[in-house]
Amino acid sequence: MPSSNDWINNPLGVVEEMFVQSNSNPEWEAKVLEYFKGKLKEKQAYSWIPSLNDVPLHYLKPNSLVKFRCLVQDMFDPEFYMGVYETIDPSTKAKVLRFGKYKDVTECGVDLNSRNTVTAERQTFYCVPIPGETLWEAFLNHSHTYARSSQARVVPSTSYIPSRQKRSYEEDDEMDTQPQKQREPHTGGSPQLHANGDSKRQETEAPSGQTTSPSNASSPLDLNFPLPGERGPACLVKVYEDLDSFKLNDMLEVYGILSVNPLLSVLSSLLDPTESMETPEEQRAHDPPASLVPRLHMLHARPLQHNNPLLCMFIYVVSSFMVEMASVRAEFLAYLTHILLGDGLAAEYLLLHLISSVYARRDVLPLGKFTLNLSGCPPNSSFTESLHQVIQELVPCTYRLSMTLHNMNSLRLVPRKDYVANRLVSGALQLARNTSLVLDETRLEQGQLDASGVQNITALGNLISWQKVDYDFNYHQMEFPCNINVFVTSEGRSLLPSDCQVPLQPQVTPPNLEEYLSTVHKAQLTSQINKFRVYLSVAQTLDYSISDEVTKAVEDDFVDMRKDDPQSVSAEDLHRMLVVARLLSLSLGQTSLSREGWMRAKHIDMLRRTRSQPQTTVNGNEP
Amino acid sequence: MSSPTSTPGGRKRNRNDIPATPGSIGSTSPPSQRRRGQDSSNADLPAMPTSPATDIASPTVHDTSLFSSPRRSVLPSEVDMSSPLMYGTPSSRVEGTPRSGANETVLFREECTSTVFDLQTVASEPSVGQKLVIWGTDVNVGTCKEKFQRFLQRFIDPTSNEDENAGLDLNEPLYMQKLEEISVVGEPVLNVNCGHVQSFDADLYRQLICYPQEVIPTFDMAVNELFFERFPDSILEHQIQVRPYNALKTRNMRSLNPEDIDQMITISGMVIRTSQLIPEMQEAFFQCQVCAFSTRVEVDRGRIAEPAVCRHCNTTHSLALIHNRSAFSDKQMIKVQESPDDMPAGQTPHTTVVYAHNDLVDKVQPGDRINITGIYRAVPMRENPRQSNVKSVYKTHIDAIHFRKTDEKRLHGLDEEADQKLFTEERVKTLKELAAKPDVYERLSSALAPSIYEHEDIKKGILLQLFGGTRKDFSQTGRGNFRAEVNILLCGDPGTSKSQLLQYVFNLVPRGQYTSGKGSSAVGLTAYVMKDPETKQLVLQTGALVLSDNGICCIDEFDKMSESTRSVLHEVMEQQTLSIAKAGIICQLNARTSVLAAANPVESQWNPKKTTIENIQLPHTLLSRFDLIFLMLDPQDEAYDRRLAHHLVSLYYQSEEQIEEELLDMAVLKDYIAYARTYINPRLNEEASQALIEAYVDMRKIGSGRGMVSAYPRQLESLIRLAEAHAKVRFSDKVETIDVEEAKRLHREALKQSATDPRTGFVDISILTTGMSATARKRKEEVAQALKKMIQSKGKTPAMKYQQLFDDLRGQSEAAITKDMFEEALRALADEDYLTVTGKTVRLL
Repeated sequence: MPSSNDWINNPLGVVEEMFVQSNSNPEWEAKVLEYFKGKLKEKQAYSWIPSLNDVPLHYLKPNSLVKFRCLVQDMFDPEFYMGVYETIDPSTKAKVLRFGKYKDVTECGVDLNSRNTVTAERQTFYCVPIPGETLWEAFLNHSHTYARSSQARVVPSTSYIPSRQKRSYEEDDEMDTQPQKQREPHTGGSPQLHANGDSKRQETEAPSGQTTSPSNASSPLDLNFPLPGERGPACLVKVYEDLDSFKLNDMLEVYGILSVNPLLSVLSSLLDPTESMETPEEQRAHDPPASLVPRLHMLHARPLQHNNPLLCMFIYVVSSFMVEMASVRAEFLAYLTHILLGDGLAAEYLLLHLISSVYARRDVLPLGKFTLNLSGCPPNSSFTESLHQVIQELVPCTYRLSMTLHNMNSLRLVPRKDYVANRLVSGALQLARNTSLVLDETRLEQGQLDASGVQNITALGNLISWQKVDYDFNYHQMEFPCNINVFVTSEGRSLLPSDCQVPLQPQVTPPNLEEYLSTVHKAQLTSQINKFRVYLSVAQTLDYSISDEVTKAVEDDFVDMRKDDPQSVSAEDLHRMLVVARLLSLSLGQTSLSREGWMRAKHIDMLRRTRSQPQTTVNGNEP
Repeated sequence: MSSPTSTPGGRKRNRNDIPATPGSIGSTSPPSQRRRGQDSSNADLPAMPTSPATDIASPTVHDTSLFSSPRRSVLPSEVDMSSPLMYGTPSSRVEGTPRSGANETVLFREECTSTVFDLQTVASEPSVGQKLVIWGTDVNVGTCKEKFQRFLQRFIDPTSNEDENAGLDLNEPLYMQKLEEISVVGEPVLNVNCGHVQSFDADLYRQLICYPQEVIPTFDMAVNELFFERFPDSILEHQIQVRPYNALKTRNMRSLNPEDIDQMITISGMVIRTSQLIPEMQEAFFQCQVCAFSTRVEVDRGRIAEPAVCRHCNTTHSLALIHNRSAFSDKQMIKVQESPDDMPAGQTPHTTVVYAHNDLVDKVQPGDRINITGIYRAVPMRENPRQSNVKSVYKTHIDAIHFRKTDEKRLHGLDEEADQKLFTEERVKTLKELAAKPDVYERLSSALAPSIYEHEDIKKGILLQLFGGTRKDFSQTGRGNFRAEVNILLCGDPGTSKSQLLQYVFNLVPRGQYTSGKGSSAVGLTAYVMKDPETKQLVLQTGALVLSDNGICCIDEFDKMSESTRSVLHEVMEQQTLSIAKAGIICQLNARTSVLAAANPVESQWNPKKTTIENIQLPHTLLSRFDLIFLMLDPQDEAYDRRLAHHLVSLYYQSEEQIEEELLDMAVLKDYIAYARTYINPRLNEEASQALIEAYVDMRKIGSGRGMVSAYPRQLESLIRLAEAHAKVRFSDKVETIDVEEAKRLHREALKQSATDPRTGFVDISILTTGMSATARKRKEEVAQALKKMIQSKGKTPAMKYQQLFDDLRGQSEAAITKDMFEEALRALADEDYLTVTGKTVRLL
C-alpha cells in the first residue's frame, strides 16, 4: 500500500504539497499538523512507524517519519530559521518559494535579500532514551512494533531484505532466552553494508556502529546519558509548536521526520572556527555529527505517563483487570515473600513501595512518596543484586546505585551545567518519573567521603525527603521536582532518611542464596510476570479518595492512640500510616479508604514497629 | 562601513512589511569605493564654527559626513555634524592624516550602530528636506534631531529616585544637568532612560525602539550639537555617545522572538562567560612591495578583499598587509543566561550571546547580574562559496549599547527590588484590596505553609520576619545601621515539622538560602578566598550568609553547628556585616540577612524542667540576638490531636483544584511581601512610641519586683522591629498602637514559651541574656556563701579534701546540693581569690 504509506516514507513530500497548495498562506502549518495528527489517530498507525529505539539508525530511511521514545535531557536555546525563503535558479533566474520548516538545510541558491523570507523560531531538545529502561520493557516495545514496522522500514537495497529479515527473527529468538544480549547483535550486520557501495550509507554507518557497540566504552563523543553504561541513540529533536508545554525530564514519544543529512556536519566543519561564536566544545555538544545524533523534526509528541508497554496493549482490559487485582496481589505477594526469604511483612512493604508514586505536592511537601529502607540485608552477598534483578523484571525503569565509597566520591549524581559546552551534563539522578532507584548501602564501607561525596549524599537525602534534585548551575542551583521511588537496602538502619524502615527477618536460610533466588526467579512463568507488571502500573495510576466517615474514624483512632501514650505516635507516624493505608487500598484495587483498610494499615505498621523497636534512635535524624 | 556584525538591513523584517533598510546596500556597492565617492561630494562642506575639534580640517570629516545634505537644508550652520556619523568606522579617523594634537575629539562608536545611512538615498533629493526619511523607516533626521534636543532641554522628572541622579536638581531639566556633568567630568557618555523618552514623546520612543540603527546616531548628532553650543570650550576624548537603556520592549530573554530582530531591546540576565578581547580589523592597510604605494581596504562583512593589482605601479600580487598600520576595534563576546527568577519551572535557562564593543569591553564579569540594552541581531549562517545550500538557521546575538548591573546597587544599601519586580496595576490593586481587609494579618499567616498544622504564633512571627522592619540609617550620627531584620529561632521536639517550615520559607523568598548546621562550616556560611585557576587572581567566594543578603538564611540543625561556625553569626546577626581578613583580602561584606534557625533539644526530647539554654545548649550571647524564640512542642492534648489528625487526613485527599488554589496563594503571598518590602516604609507615630515606651517600662517592672531585670534595650529594639513589620503587613506608612500591641503580644508569647524559668514559672529574660535565670543565679550565690561560711567555721585548715568538703556541705545544707552546684560554688570562691582548687585538694589563700 504505497499511497497510504507516503506519509510515513515521504512526509516532507506531503508537507511540500500542502505548502504549494497554500499559496503562501501561513495556515499551511496548522494544516500539516492537523493532517499528521489525524493520520496518527488511525487505528494501529502508531505501530506502522519504525521506532528509533529499536531499529538501528542505518536501517532507517532519511526524511521518513519515525518515532522515538525518549526523555528530554536538555533544552537548548531557541533558534531562528528561515521558515519560508526564496531561491533563485542561477541559470534561469526563476524564483521559487520554499519552506524551511522540518528541514535542517536549505535548497541551493537562497536569495538572502528576498522580501518573502519569513523568520520563525524553533527549539532544540536533546533527547536520550529513557534512562534505566529495563530490558523486558525495551523488548516488549520492540516486538510490539516490530512485525509491522519491518514492512515500513526502509532498507538500502532490495537485494538485502531477506538476510536482514532473517537476522531480526533470530534476534527475537535470542532475546527470549537471553535478554541481555538484545542490543548487541546489530553490529553483526554492518560489514555487509559496506559492500553495498553506497558512500552516504557508509558515512552514517561507521559511527553508528560505535554507539551501539558496547565494547567501545570510550566513545569519542559523550552522548550525555544520565546513567553510566547506557546505550542507544540520542537525538536532537527540533520542536516547532507549544514550546512551553515541554519540560525537562519529560517522557515523550516523539513522531518526527528523521534528518541525518551528512551536509550538517560538513557545513559546521567548513565554518571558520575563529569566526564562529561557539567554542569547539559547544559545537560538539550542539552540532554532533548527524550520523551519531540524528535530528528529528517533531510533528507530534505524545507525553508518556508511564512507560509500560503492556499497559498500552492491555489498555482495553484495565477495567476487567480491576476485578483480578486482589488475586494477582496475592500471587505477587507470595512471589515477593519467596524472594525476600519468606519474610511476609517485608514483602508486603516492598509491594506497597513498588506502587507508590508522588501524586501531589502541598507547598514543599510531596505526597504519596514511600521510600523504603530494607535493613538487615546480608552483607557481602549477592542478595541485593538479585533483588534488583527481580525488580528489574517488574518495573519499566530502574537503576541500582551501589553506594560504595568509590562510587559516592566519584559518581556525578546531580546534573550540572557546563557553560563551556553550554549544555546540561547529566547525572545519575536525572531520571524519568516513577523510575525505581535501588540504593545498595550494604556495599558502603568505612572511609572518608570527600566534598563531592558529601554533596552526593546530600543530594540523595534531598531526593528522598523532598523528591527534588537541585541541579547545579554553577552560579545558582535550580530545583527540579522529581518522582523517583527510592528503595534503600542496608545492613543496619540506613544513613539516608527514609519514610519507612523494615528490618528483614528471613524465615528460611538457604545454604546457597544465589541458587535459591534464581530458582524462585525462574519458577515464574512469563505470563505471570507480565501480569505482575500490569498490576504494578495499574495500581500506580489509580485514583484515590477518603470519605468523610473514614476521616472521622481515622481521627478518632489517632486521638485514642495518643491518649494511651503520646510518645508512641507522632504526626509523622500519622503521615506514614495514611500513606500506607492509601497504598494498601490501591494495591487491592480499592479507590477509597475503607475502615478495614485503615485498620490493616495500622496493623502492619504496628508489626513493623515492634520489629524495628530495638534499633530506633530518635534524635536529630529527622530529614 | 558594514562590519561583520551588522546585519544587512531589514531583510528579516518582512513580517512587519517593512522594506529593507539601506544597510543592505553594502552588498551592491563596496564600502571602500563609496567612501571615496563621498570624499569628493562633500568636499565643499562648510567648516563648523563652533566646534572645538581641530580635525575639521582633516579629511576625516568629509569622509563620513553622510548627513550633510538633509541637514544642510534643516539647520544650515551647525556643529561638527559629520562626526557622530562615524560610528563603527574608526578606520576613517586614521585616514592619512596624523593626529592634530591633544585636544582633538576622537570619534568612534560601538559597532552596533555602524553607519547605515545611505548617502545616495538620503542625498538624492536634497531639496525635499524635511519630508525626507531614511529609506525603510519613517525617521526624518531633522525632526528626529529636533525632537530629541527638545527632550534634552525640557525633560524634567521630579519623581526620579534613581541613584545615579543623586545630587541633581530634580526640578531642572535632567539631561541638561547631565550634559553639564559631562563637561565637568569629561566622560562623553550620556545615558538616556527610554522610559523618560517615552513619557516625553511616545513617537520618538517608538522610532528609537524600531530603528535604533538610524535613530541613535541622530541622537548623538543632536547631543553633540547641543553640547558644543553650550560648552564650546569643552574638550572631550571623543564625541558624546547616547546610550539609551531601559527599553520596555522586552524584559525577558524567553520572550525574544523573530519580531525583535534589529530592534532595541532590554533584557536582564546573568553573565556566565566572557571571552578574551578580540581585536577586530576595521580597515586593512596594504603596502606594495615594489613601489611602497599604500592602500586601505575596509572590512566588508568580515572579509577583506586583497587588492590584486597595485594601482600605482600595476604590479600584480605585490601588496602585503601591514598589521600595525591596520585599524582594529575591540570586541568581546559575552554569554548571558536568563536569571533564575524569570524562568518557568521545569525548564532550563536560555542563554544569549552579546557582543560588547570598544569601551564596553570588560565592563562585566561572569556572575554579574545585568540589564543589557542593545540591538538584537540575527545573522544567517555564512554563505560558503563552495557550498550551494546553507543551514537554514540564523545565529542570533545582541550588540550591546548599555550595561546596567543590577546587583551593584546592593552595595549602596538600597533595595533594588523595585527595579526587578514590576507589579502590574491590576496586581497592585488586588494586593491593596487584600491589605485593606481587617484580617489580612491572620489571612497571610494562615496562608503560610498551609501543610503545617497550627503553630499560629510561630507562623505570625515568621510572617513578620518576611516583612522585616524599616531600615534606619544613623551612620551620620556615627551609630551605623540599625538592624531591620528579624531573627527567629525555632526549637523543639524532633518531628514537629521545623525543617518543613524552613523549607517553605526558603522556597518562598526570592533570595533565601537553606543550610544545615551539620553540613556547614564557617567558611561555607561566610566567604572564602580562592585562587582563580586561570587568572591566578584571588577571588572572594561568598557563602550562604552573604548570598542571602536582603533575604532569609534558613539554618537547620542549628545546635549541631560547630562552635567556630556559630561564632561568625554574632557579627552577622547584630551588625549585619561580615568581616573577612584572609589571604590579603580585608573587607567587610553586607549580610543583611534574617536568620531563621531551627534547633533540636540536646536530650532529643524537650525537657520542660530545664530552661531554654539548658535544653538547646546554645551560648546566650547568640540567643539574645534572636528577636523571637519559639518552642515547637508536642502539646499532647486531645483536642489538638484531633485537629491535627483532621488536618493531615484532609491533606491527603484534597482534590487537585484545591491544591491549585493553594499554589496561587503562594504567588500572591510572594508578591504581597515583595510589594510591602519595597514600597512600605512605616515610621513610628507619637502614640506608638508612647506605647512602646510603656511596654518596655512594663517589661522592666515585671522583673524589678523580684530583683531581676526582665528586659534589655535589645528587647525594645525587637519590639520596634516587630511593630514596624506588622505595620508593613497592613500596608500602613505609620506604626500605630495596634502594631505595638501585636508586637508586644507576640514577643510575650515567644518569651512565655522560651524564657519561662522552670523553677518559678515566671518569665525571665535573663535566661536568654545571661544564660541563667535570676533565681538560679541567686541560688548559686547562696551556695557559695554557705560553703565559705562552712570553711571559715572549720578554722585554720590550709588544705582540705575535695570530697570531704562536698560531703560536709551536703550534710549541712537543707536543700539538695549537686556536684555541679558545689563545683560552681568552688569556682565562685576561687574567683574571689579565697581558695584554689588543685586536683583533689582545696587550699585556702
